[in-house]
Amino acid sequence: MRGIIDSFLRVGRMVFAPTKTREYPEVKPVLPPRTRGRIVLTRDPDGQERCVACNLCAAVCPVDCIEVVKAETPDGRWYPETFRINFARCIFCGFCEEACPTSAIQLTPDVELADYDRGFLQYEKPDLLIAGEGKHPGYRYWDVAGKAIAGKVQAPVDPKDLCP
Amino acid sequence: MKITVNGRDLTVEPGHDLLTTCLSHGIEVPHFCWHGDLGSVGACRLCAVKVFDDPDDTTGRLEMACTTPVRDGQRVEVMAPEAERFRARIIEWLMVNHPHDCAVCEEGGACHLQDMVVASGHRHRRVSVAKRVHRNVDHGPFLTQEMNRCIGCYRCLRFYRDHAGGRDFEVIGAHDRVWFGRTEPGALDSPFAGNLAEVCPTGVFDDRWWSRHYARPWDMAATPAICTHCAVGCNITLFEHGGTLRKVQNRTHGAVNGSFLCDRGRFGPMAAEAERPLFPSRKGGEIPWVEAVADARALVAQGAVGIGSPRASLEANFALRRLVGEDRFFAGVSDDEAALVRRMAEILRAGPGRIASVRDIGRADAALVLGEDLTGTAPRAALALRQAARGAEKRLAAEKGVPEWMDAAVRVAGEGRRSPIALVTPRPDALDEVATWPLRRPPAEVAAFGRAVAAALRGEPAEPQAREVAAALAAANAPLLVAGAGLGLAGPAEAMAEIARALGPKAMVALFPPEAGSLGLALLGGAGIDHAARALEAEPRPVIVLDAALPDRAPADTVERLMAAATTVMVLDWLNGPLSARADLMLPVSAPVEAAGTWINHEGRAQRSFAGRPSDLVPAWRLLAPLCGGTETTLDEMLAALAHDCPDLAAVTQAAPGAAAGPVARLPARASGRTARDLAGRLPDGQPRQDADSALVWSMEGAHGLDAPPALRTDAGHHSASGAWAGTDGVGGPVTGGDPGVLLLHPGTGAAGQPLADRTGTEGLAVLPLHDPFAASAADRASPPLAERAPRPRLLMHPGDAAHLGLAEGALVLLDGVPAPAPLALDASVPPGHVALTGARGHGLFVTVEAAP
Repeated sequence: MRGIIDSFLRVGRMVFAPTKTREYPEVKPVLPPRTRGRIVLTRDPDGQERCVACNLCAAVCPVDCIEVVKAETPDGRWYPETFRINFARCIFCGFCEEACPTSAIQLTPDVELADYDRGFLQYEKPDLLIAGEGKHPGYRYWDVAGKAIAGKVQAPVDPKDLCP
Repeated sequence: MKITVNGRDLTVEPGHDLLTTCLSHGIEVPHFCWHGDLGSVGACRLCAVKVFDDPDDTTGRLEMACTTPVRDGQRVEVMAPEAERFRARIIEWLMVNHPHDCAVCEEGGACHLQDMVVASGHRHRRVSVAKRVHRNVDHGPFLTQEMNRCIGCYRCLRFYRDHAGGRDFEVIGAHDRVWFGRTEPGALDSPFAGNLAEVCPTGVFDDRWWSRHYARPWDMAATPAICTHCAVGCNITLFEHGGTLRKVQNRTHGAVNGSFLCDRGRFGPMAAEAERPLFPSRKGGEIPWVEAVADARALVAQGAVGIGSPRASLEANFALRRLVGEDRFFAGVSDDEAALVRRMAEILRAGPGRIASVRDIGRADAALVLGEDLTGTAPRAALALRQAARGAEKRLAAEKGVPEWMDAAVRVAGEGRRSPIALVTPRPDALDEVATWPLRRPPAEVAAFGRAVAAALRGEPAEPQAREVAAALAAANAPLLVAGAGLGLAGPAEAMAEIARALGPKAMVALFPPEAGSLGLALLGGAGIDHAARALEAEPRPVIVLDAALPDRAPADTVERLMAAATTVMVLDWLNGPLSARADLMLPVSAPVEAAGTWINHEGRAQRSFAGRPSDLVPAWRLLAPLCGGTETTLDEMLAALAHDCPDLAAVTQAAPGAAAGPVARLPARASGRTARDLAGRLPDGQPRQDADSALVWSMEGAHGLDAPPALRTDAGHHSASGAWAGTDGVGGPVTGGDPGVLLLHPGTGAAGQPLADRTGTEGLAVLPLHDPFAASAADRASPPLAERAPRPRLLMHPGDAAHLGLAEGALVLLDGVPAPAPLALDASVPPGHVALTGARGHGLFVTVEAAP
């Protein structure tokens, strides 16, 4: 008899306890901004692609799921002709984001990547590229990199100047 | 001599600098401006080490290893804290102006500067000054320039001007504003400019083709190969990614190419990326492979005649010879050329002259070049001859106590003295500037001059210039004699043999056949196509032609006769050549860079090349072997069959280890992107590609770096081309483990044989072939970067001859009734009675020249 009353008390107490269950997917979880989910390619403040196809993300990727092919605009800017991430392989370790010298590749808190076909998990550049700057607003690699591209405000030295 | 480095006692050779000595003994010392072939200048100050005079010396001092000679009892501490700190500061200073752009630099991942920065521990920039910015200049189709990356090591200038003898490359400015390059936009003149991409330890100069078809160094599959663009047979590494060829890099071979390639070799293999036939065709219409092979089988059953190619590998020519039988196998060159190359092999075998490798050419102390435009026909040998010219300067400097490695000082102390070099050519030559005697003789009289030199050596009367040359050759310790097939005449080679006999065993001889496979074809035997045409005219049969070389290597009328007399023409080719379009049956085969094969270079060195670019096509020998019931499916089996049928060529099997020696990795361990397309185990492209013909695998599994056998090695374990020293036994020495390849011709093992005589005087003007270092053949012109760089064909004639024929500058002419490939240009340097034509093959040809209607 005592046992039955004890059980009722225990169950009854839980009726008033705060609930832990989230009604996902009806209620979306609020994930911290640093959660490592879907990978995106961000853009410069002026709206140009940030990625310079340096391949460091591909090199650092422990599962080798990133493929980048470099191309060059007529004015000397490097950009990726192909940028492919295979999310069927990706382990969301975030190394690519750490390796990226231009802050182009960033992991977002979107973790809803499930799909019915593995083929759909192979994301191409249009699938990855977003409109904004992501976590590093204001950063523009070309302002700090020493490669000559068109439109860059640089005053070349005069090699014929023999002053010390 | 004994020294102690880092506590290790070393027995070292005297006369070297400390840096070279340390590197030769495998002790790494950071360095920049030093280069094994360019010597020491002490420009960068990075190789500072702590040097103690003797065991009692406890203070020691910092010295630049590259400019410090080794001394007995010396004690060296590379890692002394003081030296390490000094080097870290140097790197920090170098990085003050180096841009923060590794991400967009082609060199990144194979960069000597990156390696040195990491080695010195420099991570953080302490200065905040703005970096200097330079202007760039367009450097033509071979090179990119990004001067901001320059750290001022002067390697480019030292290579281009001092080593390769180029003139259109300058250094201007002072302070941190020094600027290197061409002052005017345009391609660099020197045919060795491509080496700047490797010589530059940063990304200032890089390979433009690679930049346009870029893959990171760690993502490319590297395959050891042999250059097939001239008879020198330089060792190259082919870099492939995603099925296309991205870059060609020098692969050190102690006796052949050392550290440098010519542009033809560096960019020629890109011909594989040109538009090529991929499917068999019958009279121009595509047919399935099954039908094509059935047709080929039927032709063989009718007793086909085989025409081998000087541009095909030894295996391909052998497979064809076995298919058609020795009696019906002919060389795909004119009769004269076939006889000449056979005769060259005979001369080399007869001795007594030692056969000179490219390294030997660079070390000769006197040289005589008979008729050969070396820069056009064998560019790498011409670069070596330029180094030979500096021998006298180095000896004079040595007498004054300036050691050879102190390059800049040697140039001053040597007083510009040049080793005696006689250049006997019909027209002004690129090597004239290093020649003591730049002599001009009409093609037919080159041999006469050679015979005069031989006569002078025997003490017989001769013309004064021949006597001078003879005296120089007789006084030399290692005199070099060079001739070749460049003029299409046998005379120069015969004269060279005569001089070699007069000089005795100290003579070094180098004979350059016209193409990479010429000597291999000659060793397999077979007369030229004049014989083939006659045999076919007597008894019409089908013809199987290997490769596109035929129209380049034989007179057009003989090719026409052959085509007319054949009942059916089957062509195996990897390019869309003129014959392919006309053939009754055309079978596409893999390009030289896509197939394993053996190539025999000018010295008779058999070297193995491997497939560096994947292809669905198969090599000619694999296509031909089953047609005669052969069961060979791998290169090793084919080589075994070759060794069985041709016992005197049996040594070629030793040129490289077989497939059993593997696996050796083509990809670096850090290759990326393998699973980007792979759908969790469902590989769309199937398993990694297989290579049955070598121990190399198309993946990262297997031996890397120095663990691989020398013939299969593509790197020395260092990232950058500047680390090549780690792969040789001592700086400038043979490849660790022995230079790959096997020598087939041994002087003193053959009979002297019958001298060949050249054809003389018939109607018309004699043809003088013009050679171009950037494009020697259709295979070179198919390469997009070479096609962009190569000049247009030229047709030159002496103004006197032109006036006699009533022709003016720019006239369109007919040569033997056929329109010439270029308008006429008048040039007084062409010997009277001759017509000089780009791409022409001499063969003692005479043509009639008339104005086009």
